[in-house]
Amino acid sequence: MATEEEQKRLGAVVSGSLTQGVEVRLDASISVEDMAVGRYVAIEGTKHRFFGMITDVSLETVDPNVAVTPPDVSDPFIAQVINGTTTYGKLEVLPMLTIGGDAASILEGPQPAKTVPAHFSTVKLASQRDVEVVFGAEDEKRFYVGTPLDMETKVCLDVAEFVKRSNGVFGKSGTGKTFLTRLLLVGMLQKNAAVSLVFDMHSEYGWEGKTEKGYKVKGLKQLFPSKVAIFTLDEESSKRRRVNTDVVVRIGYNEIEPEDVELLRQTLNLTEASTQTIYQLAREFGDSKWLETVLNLNEEDGKQLISRLNIHDSTYRNLRRGLENLRRFSFLVPHTRENSVQRILDYLDRGINVILEFGRFDDFAAYILVANLLSRRIYARYRENAEREMGGEVAPSRPLVITIEEAHRFLNPELSSHTIFGRIAREMRKYNVTLLVIDQRPSGIDAEVMSQLGTKITCLLDDERDLDSVLTGTSGKSELKSVLSKLETKQQALIFGHAVPMPVVIKTREYGTAESYRELGFLDAAELKKKTQKDIEDLWA
Amino acid sequence: MDIEQAKSQKPKTKNHSERRIGEVIKASSAEFAAQCYKLDEAPPLGCLVKTEGKPGEIYGVVYDVETQSLEPGRRVVARGEKLDSKDEVFAANPQLSRLLSTDFKVMVVGEVEGKSRHYYLPPTPAAIHSFVYVCQPEEVRGFTESLDFLSLLINAKILVPVDEVIASCLRNASLTHPDSNAFLVKAGKELARMLSNDINRLNSVLKRLR
Repeated sequence: MATEEEQKRLGAVVSGSLTQGVEVRLDASISVEDMAVGRYVAIEGTKHRFFGMITDVSLETVDPNVAVTPPDVSDPFIAQVINGTTTYGKLEVLPMLTIGGDAASILEGPQPAKTVPAHFSTVKLASQRDVEVVFGAEDEKRFYVGTPLDMETKVCLDVAEFVKRSNGVFGKSGTGKTFLTRLLLVGMLQKNAAVSLVFDMHSEYGWEGKTEKGYKVKGLKQLFPSKVAIFTLDEESSKRRRVNTDVVVRIGYNEIEPEDVELLRQTLNLTEASTQTIYQLAREFGDSKWLETVLNLNEEDGKQLISRLNIHDSTYRNLRRGLENLRRFSFLVPHTRENSVQRILDYLDRGINVILEFGRFDDFAAYILVANLLSRRIYARYRENAEREMGGEVAPSRPLVITIEEAHRFLNPELSSHTIFGRIAREMRKYNVTLLVIDQRPSGIDAEVMSQLGTKITCLLDDERDLDSVLTGTSGKSELKSVLSKLETKQQALIFGHAVPMPVVIKTREYGTAESYRELGFLDAAELKKKTQKDIEDLWA
Repeated sequence: MDIEQAKSQKPKTKNHSERRIGEVIKASSAEFAAQCYKLDEAPPLGCLVKTEGKPGEIYGVVYDVETQSLEPGRRVVARGEKLDSKDEVFAANPQLSRLLSTDFKVMVVGEVEGKSRHYYLPPTPAAIHSFVYVCQPEEVRGFTESLDFLSLLINAKILVPVDEVIASCLRNASLTHPDSNAFLVKAGKELARMLSNDINRLNSVLKRLR
């Protein structure tokens, strides 16, 4: 049942256009102060019902002289009379969807608005029912991510659609990107839409994270122990944090290819010439042996090498210095007994989500190196599998979502064409691998990649360039911009794109309380025991 | 026959509680003038009065009250120099009440026919010698439920400041409504809409509504 509040008339449409949005004159009884950008309204047109979002609120007067000789509003009577007549509030509303109308359109569901409501159509706050019709109820495909502002209705994300394309989570530092991402990961896991591989730079998704106030929140492994595996690069860090890790990842020198080092050019402070030299060395010693060989060269051999390959001395020094830096990464070893990529793939094939913790190696060099190296191989395997599938040999592989943080380091215009992530973002779902990029500086990401992201979820951003970059190619850009820059710093996000029928500002779903865990599907020890008991009984019954 | 006598002998109004105060002595489509039966007992400025018309009753708002000598050539002169009060002047000169008359002018604002109210000028003006009554509170309340009559008032071209008339009319009418403040706010808003292009005039009318 809709409450009285929602039924309340706000005003009437007085002018506007589809591209600019319609103007709504507020009734005198409605205070502009009760309005908020990002709220939903329903407009009762003569033939359709429109669903739109408030994008601006303004104060208007019928006569410019009012501002010059303002009425004596200290008199409450005059203030009351003036309100809504001489001075009035105005809303800018962007009509986004049309709901219902004839039987056919009810079956099709909400459709993008292709026209505007007629003059003086009544505007009301959207009812809970309207929102439910638009965003759907929670079911096996839809995951509840939050509630619209000032409403109790659930906004659900179509996870199956979500994972079909690469997506982005953006927002300034401290606006809740990590919480949102954690929720999205839970959503994908819960709805079995995809398996995730998370490159967890700050080790906060796997076992345990912290809120800004210092409370601990459970990570994915604690909530879904059987569906999540924690891999670590830094076993000691994991032990200190008392995290039960499943696999310790070691990467052999033989696994590092020239491209991997090229990506680290900036972090390792390599010159252009040195990076070219890497390829030369790789040709000389082979892709799998070059790094080990170069790192083990002594002074004398080095001199011989550079004279033989005609490498400039300073270039060689620069390269050696850079490569020596790699030695501080204890996860890099000359030889590994086991193949980390294969281990990750084994888990992923079984539908177990993999979270790779970086422990103390939370610098960009290690992150870029490992994330790129592993993803490239995993992607190659998926690609192979996809091709075999086309040949009818194998079943399609489970969709994989790779989560990367600080994405602008991989996907900036210089690097995005070199890294595997650039390719994944562009080639999208052909091979069942998509990205979930998390970043606080979206303007640093290549525009081409940004334009390929299916669904964008953004918390507060206030830099003009970041706003522009996130909203590129979105209809109603300037209107959304005003909404986006007015988000609160906590627990609020704007979702728009492929997985939602229209842009929506949400108050993010609660995460971190015992109740929220239970809602997400977490069973505590006692319940788990009970469930196991019941499963056993069912089995033998 | 004396007017006083006529009134006492024949109080044949439709309703005994109705207050008859005068007769139409001059009429046009948009306004009429009436003479009071008693000197200085004209209805107040802005008062809603009615008179019979065809087919219904013509409603109007009193906008000007004037007391003067009946004979245009004969000026009223001061007579009370040696007397203590105005009443003594009349007691000493009993002919005075016959030589002076109080007239009032009424702007026509609508017509009421049975239960239907029309806020526009009636097709025919009031007939001469039609009786003029002060509207009863319930009639005022009924007539002012809609504020459409304000548009006739606001555009009137008269010698008296029309805003004063509007303000006192609304003040009077507000007393007949159960929530007089709400009525004034409603009327104020109507005025604000009508005077949207003249904010100074609106301000001054609104100040007079209190």
